[in-house]
Amino acid sequence: MWSYEKRLQFPVNIKEPNAKIAQVIMSQYGGPDGELGASMRYISQRYSMPYNEVAAILTDIGTEELAHLEMVSTIVHQLTRNLSMEEIEQSGFANYYVDHTVGIWPMAAGGIPFNSCEFQSKGDAITDLFEDMAAEQKARTTYDNILRLVKDEPDVCEPIKFLRAREVVHFQRFGEALRIVQDKLDSKNFYAFNPEFDKCKS
Amino acid sequence: MMTPNSEQSRLYHDIGVIDFVIVEMNEYLDTHPTDKEAIEYLGHYVRMKNQAMREYAMKYGPLRITDVDGCNETEWKWATQPWPWEGGC
Repeated sequence: MWSYEKRLQFPVNIKEPNAKIAQVIMSQYGGPDGELGASMRYISQRYSMPYNEVAAILTDIGTEELAHLEMVSTIVHQLTRNLSMEEIEQSGFANYYVDHTVGIWPMAAGGIPFNSCEFQSKGDAITDLFEDMAAEQKARTTYDNILRLVKDEPDVCEPIKFLRAREVVHFQRFGEALRIVQDKLDSKNFYAFNPEFDKCKS
Repeated sequence: MMTPNSEQSRLYHDIGVIDFVIVEMNEYLDTHPTDKEAIEYLGHYVRMKNQAMREYAMKYGPLRITDVDGCNETEWKWATQPWPWEGGC
């Protein structure tokens, strides 16, 4: 189960609305490498994971990603609250506005709605951990792209830089988890069997 | 809405800093479960967080439901106070 703390993992205090920036940052909520997919990926992969330490890191990073999802949603919310109709029409935000007003809804910057095909839960420890490491790098690249698009906006950039740094740490932790798995397998053939499905001969 | 640089905003900030250490050590320990020194380090910060969270709940209202006991509240501040996405801290 989970419990909620009524605070953000890192402060977000954006004073001025900016619908253009909101539309690109939204991708890290419901886009292909966003925080929603990240959390669902790790939390879904836990159940058939046969090694307790690896199930632990999937649980705890999957939980931290929920806090990141809340931060990204907060950034988008604060960038879209108090928008005038003129700003909505001139910033290209009208297409989002017509369906969601200024509510938060998970989609990619290009308008593609979130769906679970954006992550995998393959039921194979090595396959899944390589996916997880790649996912952290893809999210890091997206945050780098956001930081190139959003300049001179410290209220927006500081929380984005925090989120970017967490991707780097999580890549490291999943790398350690992969090593834990490989240490338990045949070093001459890691793929001799799938530890989440085949019975280990000993 | 919290006033910047007030005692409340300082305590709220400290909770965020303390909890960051907890998150980081928790994830580190998942892949280094026999690091005794790290377990002690984490325990120290968990105690520090519990103390700060209780102090915050008593003075300003709870940030988690498990801190509600002993607050002597006449109002359910969990629901009536601002939510994190409203900013101001």
